Amino acid sequence: MIEPRPIVEARGIHKHFAALHVLKGVDLLVAERELVFVIGPSGSGKSTLLRCLNRLEEPSSGSVVVDGIDLLDRRTDLNHARQRIGMVFQSFNLYPHMTALGNVTLALRKVAGKSRAEADEIGHAALARVGLADRADHRPGQLSGGQQQRVAIARSIALEPRVMLFDEPTSALDPELVGSVLGVMRSLRESGMTMVVVSHEMGFARAAADRVVFMDHGLIVEQGAPAEIFESPAHERTRAFIGQIQRH
Amino acid sequence: MSNWDRFVETFFNARVMARYWPDIVEGLWLTIGLAALIVVTGLIAGLVLALVRALGVRVLNWAIIFVVDVFRALPPLVIIVLIYFGLPSIDIAPSGFVSTWISLGLVLMAFSEEIFWAGITAVPRGQWEAARSTGLGFGETLAYVVLPQALRITIPPLTNRTIAITKGTALGSVVAVTEILGQASSAVSNSYNPSPLTLGAAAYLLLFLPVVVFGRWVESKFAWRR
Ligand SMILES: Nc1ncnc2c1ncn2[C@@H]1O[C@H](COP(=O)(O)OP(=O)(O)OP(=O)(O)O)[C@@H](O)[C@H]1O
Ligand SMILES: [Mg+2]
Repeated sequence: MIEPRPIVEARGIHKHFAALHVLKGVDLLVAERELVFVIGPSGSGKSTLLRCLNRLEEPSSGSVVVDGIDLLDRRTDLNHARQRIGMVFQSFNLYPHMTALGNVTLALRKVAGKSRAEADEIGHAALARVGLADRADHRPGQLSGGQQQRVAIARSIALEPRVMLFDEPTSALDPELVGSVLGVMRSLRESGMTMVVVSHEMGFARAAADRVVFMDHGLIVEQGAPAEIFESPAHERTRAFIGQIQRH
Repeated sequence: MSNWDRFVETFFNARVMARYWPDIVEGLWLTIGLAALIVVTGLIAGLVLALVRALGVRVLNWAIIFVVDVFRALPPLVIIVLIYFGLPSIDIAPSGFVSTWISLGLVLMAFSEEIFWAGITAVPRGQWEAARSTGLGFGETLAYVVLPQALRITIPPLTNRTIAITKGTALGSVVAVTEILGQASSAVSNSYNPSPLTLGAAAYLLLFLPVVVFGRWVESKFAWRR
């Protein structure tokens, strides 16, 4: 059997911020339809790694190939490639001057070249998928945090990405709103979306993740099935970290 | 003659006013034209500079900051006089009208660039990142995501500044521009009576009061919740 090529191939990623060495040679391969969870202490470089995967952050060295596209090649049309890589942020980052539908359709119209009618149709479908069909005309300011984050997810999935990156999608939410966002992420997973998720939602990781990656000080310390990492981590640092977040 | 009669005779002399009001109206039209030119060119130039600055090319940014600081520091009258009396020595002889237009246009450019720039930088970085992550380019992100938000923050200080600088058209009277104050002053010296100045003040009110009220309206309209 031939191993299918991973959809995300990041190899030997280093990242320096001036004198700060934030990523120290990280390899991350993600297979199609896989859900990879990335955990680790604050400052370990999780966000930086994720942002290297769509080149919001420029790796100092290494290679990033997503869906066969070499993101670090100067000839790559980055804006085209980024449509295949959805990203969801901790702080939602919805456009406050546009409606939910406007948020979802902007890139469809301006980048994917859809007409307004086509874009609206796709946008309504995307909003329906995140359970917000009736909120299309609301501004972000009129939506709860959970609803805003679901609009942000709709904004990404409307572009039919091949992989979705989530950077702590629920950490800015009140506890009672977390479930609605995790519900949407679970249904995305069930539809076969490839996902890389930075989050400390252990319950979700146990239920939905294929693999958990533990990072510390700019390196992947260990990775494996959720049960393996959470119940019997091989490294002392992993054990200490898991113990710490479970106490919360 | 009572004091009151003397006051009316001095500032509201009907005969003088009847004689000179067409001059004041002429000055009013000229002021409107001059002000419109200053506002349009000054704001466009300021916006263009702020957009160039957003590109983040270091050398360009230093140049922009230098120019902007110079025109914010110099008194507008000094710039007008420099252009009107200074340029002819290198064989460029702009009229008083053009000198005033260029000077106040540059001043408005400088102040509005700073205001536009402050608006652009006030838009959170996450807005750029979200837009870029969906494949929007730099220009598209600026046009559809950042500028609409920046302009809203910008409008109150921008209207104030624009009004303040446009009122500087009165400085044109120093370099023989026949705007409102220029017309009124020559009418005063011809009639030996200050009533034309009263007319001039009325003309300024007629011109700028609606603008100030409009500014208030725009401010309230754009004060929107995030
Ligand atoms: N733009 C930047 N400029 C300078 N330093 C940065 C920048 N972005 C991140 N860093 C630094 O890089 C290190 C890793 O940051 P990163 O955000 O990747 O950590 P993280 O694992 O996501 O942490 P957290 O759990 O707190 O989000 C931190 O020390 C951070 O201060
Ligand atoms: Mg982070």
